Amino acid sequence: MTTLIKNAEVVDPERGTVKKSDLIIEKGNIAKILPRGDFDFKGPGLKTIDASGKLIVPGLVDMHVHLREPGHEYKETIVTGAMAGVAGGFTALACMPNTLPPNDCRSVTEFILERAKKAGLCRIYPVAAITIGQKGETLTEFGDLKKAGAKAVSDDGFPVINSEVMRRCLEYARYHGLTVISHSEDTALSKGGVMHEGDVSTRIGLAGIPAASEEIMVYREISLAGLTGCPVHIAHVSTAGAVELIRRAKEGNIPVTAETAPHYFSLDHRAVIGYDPNTKINPPLRTEKDIQEIKRGLAEGVIDAIATDHAPHSLLEKHIEFDKASFGIIGLETALALTLNLVREGVLKLPEAIKKLSYNPAHILGIEGGRLFEGARADLAIIDPDYEYVLEEKDINSKSRNTPFIGKPLKGRNDLTMIGGKIVWQRKR
Amino acid sequence: MNEFIHKDLLGMGDLSVGDITLILDTAESLKEISTRDIKKVPTLRGKSVVNYFFEPSTRTRTSFDIAAKRLSADTFSLTASGSSSVKGETLIDTAKNLQAMNPDIIVLRHPSTGAPHLLAKEISAGVINAGDGINEHPTQALLDMLTIRERKGRIEGLEIAIIGDISHSRVARSNIIGLTRMGAKVTVSGPPTMIPAYIELFGVKVVLNPAEAVKNKDVVMMLRIQLERQSNVLFPSLREYASFFGLTKEILKGAKKDVVVMHPGPINRGVEITSEVADGPRSVILDQVTNGVAVRMAVLYLLLGGYKE
Repeated sequence: MTTLIKNAEVVDPERGTVKKSDLIIEKGNIAKILPRGDFDFKGPGLKTIDASGKLIVPGLVDMHVHLREPGHEYKETIVTGAMAGVAGGFTALACMPNTLPPNDCRSVTEFILERAKKAGLCRIYPVAAITIGQKGETLTEFGDLKKAGAKAVSDDGFPVINSEVMRRCLEYARYHGLTVISHSEDTALSKGGVMHEGDVSTRIGLAGIPAASEEIMVYREISLAGLTGCPVHIAHVSTAGAVELIRRAKEGNIPVTAETAPHYFSLDHRAVIGYDPNTKINPPLRTEKDIQEIKRGLAEGVIDAIATDHAPHSLLEKHIEFDKASFGIIGLETALALTLNLVREGVLKLPEAIKKLSYNPAHILGIEGGRLFEGARADLAIIDPDYEYVLEEKDINSKSRNTPFIGKPLKGRNDLTMIGGKIVWQRKR
Repeated sequence: MNEFIHKDLLGMGDLSVGDITLILDTAESLKEISTRDIKKVPTLRGKSVVNYFFEPSTRTRTSFDIAAKRLSADTFSLTASGSSSVKGETLIDTAKNLQAMNPDIIVLRHPSTGAPHLLAKEISAGVINAGDGINEHPTQALLDMLTIRERKGRIEGLEIAIIGDISHSRVARSNIIGLTRMGAKVTVSGPPTMIPAYIELFGVKVVLNPAEAVKNKDVVMMLRIQLERQSNVLFPSLREYASFFGLTKEILKGAKKDVVVMHPGPINRGVEITSEVADGPRSVILDQVTNGVAVRMAVLYLLLGGYKE
């Protein structure tokens, strides 16, 4: 069957262009990208999608999500997480290993991939644990995990404190072609903290997490990458100091890449006033100045990718006392709108913004995706960048509802997601 | 000005100058009840007050209990160990169950900052914060202010030093907010490990050395060193703390002649304050306790719909 998507503007992050084109999809691939109206089709079985006023973007790639399966299926499953993903315009998700049991061996990686296959929605790329049980002591079997389908390793949520272990991880992971993703946190310094340490934490009486607890570990990773020459990817950058460290590392040609999450350029620590546990995130929401520097880091290419750190939690973890609540918020269904804000603010051009949500994270993970060319796999999203709405709980496809953006006005949403030429999600009405 | 329209008392930040003055005035007029032979008025007859304490407390819990009873309210006490929280019930569930029995006020002490705020959102009874985490303890600040006003005739313009673990003290936070709002000039003091970031934004001065900090002060308020926090590497030893940050008679000489010394209790004699000072002529520590009952009577009375005449 042939599908024609017509009247759209095609955003090509690789070339940095936005062009009025029609797309012909055949056999799961993009067969042709033609100037508008140039398509002359004779014969039966043509499916036409009219995308007037919309944008076609490569399927978004989220390199940092928590799908909670196995072990915490009451918060999210691979099916519901993938559903939230495709609803948000994502066609690929890299899921973190802090499940129960953690993804520290081949059988868990295989289990995740089996579930993903059954779901038949997003492409799922498991991130395996760096150490067994995420205890920071013994490296997992990187080679075996890679063979099973893992694309990266990370001890997300339980950072590797031992610098010798991290050094060997970098060296060994490069040999197996695995990306190393660092959750950078000095846990002794952040211990007990529940929000950014600053004037707001002092004012509202919550224990603080200093920016230094992130920056110390970011510097360690950079230092180790310099020592070994092996690449490292810094997850969820939230502070101005971390941006500056990464900027200097890149200037010194140290192989480091970085991501931030939409909430780190959308909300500051004042959002915590009122003690809503849906503003409790690790790393925490920082200051206005940090937001400015993260935006500058994005604009200058210091920060390569935008990843959601989608972290579903149920009411059991979130409708309780702030300091007892779990860290994290969901993000798959708000990432696009929040990132498009950066385009409207003039921080990023549209193709650059999409690049940080697709091409760059795909490249860092070494997976296919983020490209629109004749012959490419037809993983794409049709988005309506100007659609304005107020996010409601009932709109959310994730199993969990823990986001501070419920009730907030958003602009821009995904209307249709196609994976391998198949429409996997389409907005009703 | 003399209307008090609040469902809850969660923090000093919610109270205007008028609110605070009204509470203090009300407390002053209710104080006399506690000196009568029959220490009871029927004002809150038929009202129910639940004291829900998740942390150990003698002074505050007893004070609320006595305050409510002197106004003829019925009181019920719950502690964490005696409540369903040990069976794993969440705070909100317990509170909703309590709410189903229609109390008028829940007085909550809880180790989590924001717990009373959470409760207040969930239930229709009034909530009084009797201490939440390291955040606030508003009735303590109010009783301190009443004590200061009694002794000094005013709060505005007074020079007040608060000395000790400012970072982890809900007494300090509530007092800083309340006293600065009422126009006092507040200086905070203590080891640098116990002074929180950006505390100057509250409009206070930071003078780390306590001898410097008490100079020319009208009021010196000492905070309790929480012995259980010692593992947090905030200071090396109690001995060292006492000799560098404790309030002694010598240090106090630098203050104004008519200085008053306060402490929220329970005091660690020989640590943050010497016995000589705690029991000395400048100490108003026991007046604070007496005023605690009056202030809590006033807060209960005003929250339950009473207006000043």
